[in-house]
Order: sequence, then structure tokens, then C-alpha cells
Amino acid sequence: MTDFLHQLDPVSLLSITLITATPLTLAALGGMMCERSGVVNIALEGIMLTGAFVGYAVAFFTHNLWVGVGAAILSGMIIASLHAVLSISFLVDQIVSGMVINILAVGITGVFYRTYLESATAAGPGTLPHWDIPLLSSIPVIGPIFFQNQFVTYAMLILIAVVHFILFRTVWGLRTRACGEHPRAAETAGINVYFVRYVNVIASGALAGLGGAYFSLQQIGNFLPNMTNGRGYIALAAMIFGKWTPLGAFGASLLFSGSDQIGSRMQSVFQVGVPLQFLGMLPYVLTIIVVAGAMGRAIAPAAVGRPYKKGS
Amino acid sequence: MSSRVTRWAFNAVLVPLVSVLSGFLVGAIAIVAAGADPTQAYLALFQGAFTNHNAFAETLVSTTPYALLGLAVALGFRAGLFNIGAEGQFYIGSLTGIFVAYSIHGLPAVIEIPLGLLAGMAGGALWASIAGALKARFGAHEVITTIMLNYVSFQVASYLVDTPGRMLAPHVSTPRTPDADPNAILPIILSGSRLHLGFIVALLMVPAVWFLIERTTIGFRLRAVGFNQGAARTAGISVGWTIVLTMALSGALAGLAGIVQVLGVNFHMTDTVAAGYGFDAIAVALLARSNPWGVLPAAFLFGALHNGASFMQLQTQVSADLISIVQALVIIFVAAPSIVAFLLRLRRAPAETVAITQRGVDTPAA
Repeated sequence: MTDFLHQLDPVSLLSITLITATPLTLAALGGMMCERSGVVNIALEGIMLTGAFVGYAVAFFTHNLWVGVGAAILSGMIIASLHAVLSISFLVDQIVSGMVINILAVGITGVFYRTYLESATAAGPGTLPHWDIPLLSSIPVIGPIFFQNQFVTYAMLILIAVVHFILFRTVWGLRTRACGEHPRAAETAGINVYFVRYVNVIASGALAGLGGAYFSLQQIGNFLPNMTNGRGYIALAAMIFGKWTPLGAFGASLLFSGSDQIGSRMQSVFQVGVPLQFLGMLPYVLTIIVVAGAMGRAIAPAAVGRPYKKGS
Repeated sequence: MSSRVTRWAFNAVLVPLVSVLSGFLVGAIAIVAAGADPTQAYLALFQGAFTNHNAFAETLVSTTPYALLGLAVALGFRAGLFNIGAEGQFYIGSLTGIFVAYSIHGLPAVIEIPLGLLAGMAGGALWASIAGALKARFGAHEVITTIMLNYVSFQVASYLVDTPGRMLAPHVSTPRTPDADPNAILPIILSGSRLHLGFIVALLMVPAVWFLIERTTIGFRLRAVGFNQGAARTAGISVGWTIVLTMALSGALAGLAGIVQVLGVNFHMTDTVAAGYGFDAIAVALLARSNPWGVLPAAFLFGALHNGASFMQLQTQVSADLISIVQALVIIFVAAPSIVAFLLRLRRAPAETVAITQRGVDTPAA
């Protein structure tokens, strides 16, 4: 038994689980802000890819990782505002608009990567530094898991609390949820539905853009075409599985990334176990089950997906 | 000219046309930003799509899956269903189809080919009807379930193709299924090219789907459900069954696209998942405004872009990903006709929502 635990190395397993849950949680938080205000966001994948690319490109040319992180967030906000303009002002179907952004992100990052970065020979900007929080990082077990991380992971941990507070403890959060549940009633109560939705969609871009920075600036210090590799859709699944709440989404992200890690470790350490593909299916199958109403139904904000038109 | 005709011309011809032109125009800006010459890039794109040796036949080869997938998505749209899962149905259809196609031996082609195609359609139909049943029974939104089912299908494909004793061919360097039986392979219809019988299949499916939607009871129910679920139910139509059936038909077309591609071009399946067909299919259906006849030119455009892109990348160093930018812009302009109207400086822009699908089951409008 001790041998088993030793080989599985639970502390490093939990640590890597938390780290790989970072982009999922951030994008899920973004999707949540967006959907709570009534706008579906399947564009998380494209926003993260854009953030990963712009963050890396800016860090590469300015030789400053922090400027890169800022640029990733900003680029997420810019591309998300395209989603906002199309789906809120031009009443484009929100699924279509999200899909457009995913396609556009592949195109833009692919074209500019090929022109400016693929054959660049200068040294890359490296990865974000590890920060050990004094005192806390030396606590056994908890220290190595929570307090010896890089910036994006710390930011995620803080943002879970921030988004929870905003959504459930502030006037803005109440307004956001009102717009997502019953926009006409919200409008009647004097809330500017368009404004609330715009701000939330753009905020979701900031969160997912930061999630994108994880891939290029925290994880590997490089950009690769299509490096987000469907993680935006897992984040969407985590958001739904967590029933549109920050803590739920965080838990779901941990479950999804953890099952991934356990699967690969089981295989490498014991050469046995379930085929990896079945563990790979887990997030999606669980989400389907939840959407179908088993395991406690996940109920989306009532007005999500519907374009809102004043006075109609 | 009556105003109805004018409106039709605006919606069905002018909007797609202006959208495509605007897409290329904005794409040109991206080319300039990427430090290349747009005229040269587009010239290379055109050559790669049409005028190079065999290029036109290759464009038709690429058009084939787009046409079938576009029909699949368009059919769903007409019933108010957003089938984002065409990609997954494409893979499951390829798997079931190739399984039959490499398992059967010694039958004449007139039997083996239909068997393979039908197996592909059945796989796609079954896979899609999971999402249909979940929607009909539990109200689970098909956009979410089909996205999730896409990823499940990739894992299923990877498991079956990579695992010895499942569908992995013996003695191969990269994991793949065995080759289809020679008699199950779609014959070439233009000698010296790769253009295969699947193109004819796709051409035939266009009127077939049109007939199904416009001239049959099933099609009537499907349109009624897409138009107004409450009214359809009041009229005695079983909304749930119509949803399941529509998803199954849509999945059958997507599965057909998969197996046609396998039996016409690759002859076996690998585990590498080239994602994107499903999303392109949605773009095709949107550009066609969910009209089966419109799917053909839209699929042709996407086939040409797809086919020309690699030559453009070779010639001008502009990444083939450029066509994604063009495609995204085309969809934006098609989905937001008020932008096109604005560009054309039409007064009184039609600002109504383009209703693509009806959302939610039965929930009254907010």
C-alpha cells in the first residue's frame, strides 16, 4: 500500500491536477460571467487560442512576460467584444457568433504565427517564474500544492473567489443574473441589458484570455498552432457540470484534469488500467449526463441564447 | 418586380454574394498584415483551386464531404436543430462504414458499395439520434450534447483504431484500420484524377434532401417543428419523434460524408482526427441559408478554398489558415445581413434577427 502511494505520489499528482485545471477554470469562469448575463459563449476555445498567441507574440517581441500576460488578457477582451457586437447589437445567433470566433482565431493565429514566429530564431521569453509564498509554501502537502505555483494559477485561485463574490454578493452580479434570467423584467427595473451583457461578455474574454496565457507563457514558453486543443470545450463542460457556479466549475475542472493525470499515471506506473481514451471521454460523458438531468439537473440561465431586442 | 422577389433576391443571392466578396476583401487586409501580396495570394489560391493540373477535379473531391455535411446541418436547421455534431457523426459513420467495408469479401461492387455506405449512414444516424433522444426526452440542449458527443467520438475512434484486437490493422507502422475490400471502394469517375463516385452521390443527395424537406410528410412535420413547436404539437405532430428522426437523418448524411470520404479517398481510417469539418459544415449550411440547392454552390466554394489553400501556402508563404479568416468573415456577413445592408448603403436596413434555430424546448419567449 505504501509502495502504491509512493509510486502514485499523491502530492505531485494533486499539484499537477491543480496546475492543469488552471486554464479550464479560468475559461469556465469567463463562460459563466457571459452565460449568467444571457449570452452563450462557445467561443472560449477561440478566445483562449487568441490569448495564448498574442500573449506569446507580445512577450517574444517585448522580452517581457508580464506585458505578454497583459496582452493576452487584452486580446481576449478584444475578440470577445466582437462576440458582443455580433450577438448583442447585430442579433446574430450566439452559437454562430461563437463559432465564427473559434474559426477566426484559428485563422488569425495560424496566419500570423507562420509569418512572424514560426521561423524566428531569437530566444523565446521563457516561462513565468515560480513563486514560493513565504511560510505557507513550507507547510507539508498543502504548501507544494497551493503555494509553489506560477502567476496564472495563483490568479485563478483568487479569481474563483472574485467571480463568486461579484456574481452572488454585488449589485452588478444581481443585475447580471437578472439579465440572464429575464431580460425584459431587468429592463423594466431600469437595468441597461445591453450594457450589462457587453461588460460581461468582455469580462469573459479577459478571463479566457488569461487562461490562454497559461498555455504559451506558463506551461511551455512557446506558441504552437491550435495549442489549446479543445480545452475551451472542456471548460464549457466544466462550467455546465459545475452548474454555472465558480466553485462548481473549479471542482469540475479539477475532476476533469485529475482524471486525465490519474489515467496517464496509472498507465505509466502500472502498465494497466482503463484505456486512456475512456478517461478522455469522462468530462464529456459526465456533462451529457448532467445536461440530461441525471445527477441533479443543470439548469442554464433561462434567457441564455436569446438575443434581446428592446421593446420586443 | 414584386417586393417579395426583391426580398428573395436580397436574401438568397445578394447577401451570400456580397458576404463572400467582403470575406475576401477583409482577408486581403489580413494578407497585407502578414506581409504578403493579396493579388498574388489570391491568384495562387485560384490556381490551386481551378487551373493547376487536376485542380478542378480535386476541388470537386473536396466539395463532396462539404456538400453532404452541409446538407446534414441544413436539414437540422429546418427543424430548428443546431447540429454541431456533424463532425462526430462523420467519424462514427466512417468507423461503422469502414468496419463493414473491410469485413466483407467477394461480393460484387454493386452490393459492397451500398452496404458500406449504408453502414456509414447507420452509424452517423445512431450517433446523432443520441443527441436527438436526449433533447426529446430530457430537453438537453443539442448544441451542448453534440459538442460533447464530438469529443466522445474522437476518443471512440482513437480507441478502436489504436487497439489491437479492435479495428487496428496488423503490421502497420502508424495505427490505422485495414483497407476496404477492393469491391467496396468507390470507383473513379474521371480517369487520371481522384474524383470518385461519391461526388455523384453528393449531387444526388441535394434533390433527395430537397424532396424530403419540401414534398414529404416527414419534411412537413420537420418544418412545422422548426417553425413553431407549440403549433406543431397542437396540430398532432409528435415533436419528440420528429426531433429524434431529424437528428437521425442529419446524422445519416454526416455519416455518409464520412464513409464516402473513406471509401473514395483514403480507403482506411487513421486515428488522427482532423477537426474542423463539422464547423465548416455549419458555415456551408449558413451560407446556403439552409436551402439544399444552396448547399451545392456553398460547398463548392469551401471545397475550392480548401483545395487552393495549400498551393497558396506553397507559393506565397501565406498560411493556409488564411481561408479560416475568409470563412469566418463570410459567416459573419451571412449571419448579420444588417451589416451587408449597411455596406450596400441600403436605407432601412433589415434589422430583424436571423432566426436560425428555435431555442429551448417549449420555453415561452422571454
